[in-house]
Amino acid sequence: MKKTIITVVGKDTVGIIAKVCTYLADNQINILDISQTIVNEYFNMMMIADMNQATKSVSEVSDELDKLGAEIGVIIKCQREEIFNSMHRI
Amino acid sequence: MININEVLETNDMIEKENLDVRTITLGISLMDCIDSDLDRLNEKIYNKIKTVAKDLVATGQAIEKEFGIPIVNKRISVTPIALIGGAACKTPDDFVTIAKTLDKVRAEVGVNFLGGYSALVSKGMTKADELLIRSIPKALAETELVCSSVNLGSTKTGINMDAVRLMGDIIKETAELTKDNDSIGCSKLVVFCNAPDDNPFMAGAFHGVTEADAIINVGVSGPGVVKTALESVRGKNFEVLCETIKKTAFKVTRVGQLVAQEASKRLGIPFGIIDLSLAPTPAIGDSVADILCEIGLEYAGAPGTTAALALLNDQVKKGGVMASSYVGGLSGAFIPVSEDQGMIDAVNAGALTLEKLEAMTCVCSVGLDMIAIPGDTKATTIAGIIADELAIGMINQKTTAVRVIPVIGKGVGENVEFGGLLGHAPIMPVNPFSCDAFVNRGGRIPAPIHSFKN
Repeated sequence: MKKTIITVVGKDTVGIIAKVCTYLADNQINILDISQTIVNEYFNMMMIADMNQATKSVSEVSDELDKLGAEIGVIIKCQREEIFNSMHRI
Repeated sequence: MININEVLETNDMIEKENLDVRTITLGISLMDCIDSDLDRLNEKIYNKIKTVAKDLVATGQAIEKEFGIPIVNKRISVTPIALIGGAACKTPDDFVTIAKTLDKVRAEVGVNFLGGYSALVSKGMTKADELLIRSIPKALAETELVCSSVNLGSTKTGINMDAVRLMGDIIKETAELTKDNDSIGCSKLVVFCNAPDDNPFMAGAFHGVTEADAIINVGVSGPGVVKTALESVRGKNFEVLCETIKKTAFKVTRVGQLVAQEASKRLGIPFGIIDLSLAPTPAIGDSVADILCEIGLEYAGAPGTTAALALLNDQVKKGGVMASSYVGGLSGAFIPVSEDQGMIDAVNAGALTLEKLEAMTCVCSVGLDMIAIPGDTKATTIAGIIADELAIGMINQKTTAVRVIPVIGKGVGENVEFGGLLGHAPIMPVNPFSCDAFVNRGGRIPAPIHSFKN
């Protein structure tokens, strides 16, 4: 499975999750898991997403989420899961 | 499954602590380009590099984007040019044409340094080796980003003192030819003892003759990550300190391993090695000296520095070795002066001298690196500095190197600005006493004995 990790970091505001989820749904990206936490009043969200059916490549999605983040005023990153697995799992 | 804290830890390392992959270096053998006709040789070199490296930069950028990890440099190393040009080059100027070809194709494939304008003369020099060495000042002055290295000694062969003496002159001449630019030519020139064949870091990268046709070597970095990790164990004992460094080095190296394998797969070029190095940059928070301070020194260079560096270097290797399937290159903490703000501060505070730096090189890679010295330093004195540093490598069976910059027209107390990753440096004093009679003896220092270690 082609899994990516999407992280959203920024000031908490109404509709962040809704906007990100709408974008993912529009692009056939399935959300497998969502977790969130507030660190120093900053909203931190992580999604694990399955991009097997996605219509776009990881780098295209990454660029578009970047733009979406700029519109909402948060930082959105989309990275392939392997970087986290290799760092934190033996 | 990965949890949010692990994801945030990784991204903090990247965003706040300067974690990056320092370089993907594509090693390319030019052995099949050898020709006795100079024009044909240049054409073959151009075509080979252009073909093999055409996708390197784009692939690196794609990996950066997909994994969200910066890959700071994409570089190329080639077979030592003295071996490749020997049949065609009859004068130093003939060799300079190859340097220009390398610089041209480097610019076209978009890499930011190309290394391998090199000669391996640890025991003796061939005619071609000597011609190449004599061409270095002009080659470095007339090209932009070609790097040159010369291996002058090894544990197995001893030290070629004729070549050491010659390099004293060559470094001075290189400084003279680039004096309008703070003698920057010397920042692209390094001399070695025990030079590794698979080093991905500049200026000393070349593609050794024992290597395959093409290979991907990756250099990892992350002084800022180690420094931040150590902030959380202030005051704790050495066991805790060492465990923390080891675990951090493991994490950093695993990212390098991932990038190396991915690049290898996408380019269809075998993975060579990961170079486990702590490579600083002039950026704030990306300093090896700052780690030494975090370990407990007021400044790098204070008593205890050599021990702290030895410990750091060893733990980085212990953590990194398990994280990568193949380790090679220089693998150790780099202690360049101009490229590390903490080192610069230590020099300015009077804590760090050339002699202390020499002692530090006994326990880490790679040597006296990016040190600006007065422009009126004699060529024989530079040869003496080189001989000292190479002797450390020869006796201790490790790589050592010298990259000093005699800045023409400047003296102790002045500063020199190289720009970019090369940074800036205060000019350091050099011991003024003469070693002329020593370095002018000629010949070579015999290989050392491999027993009776004391």
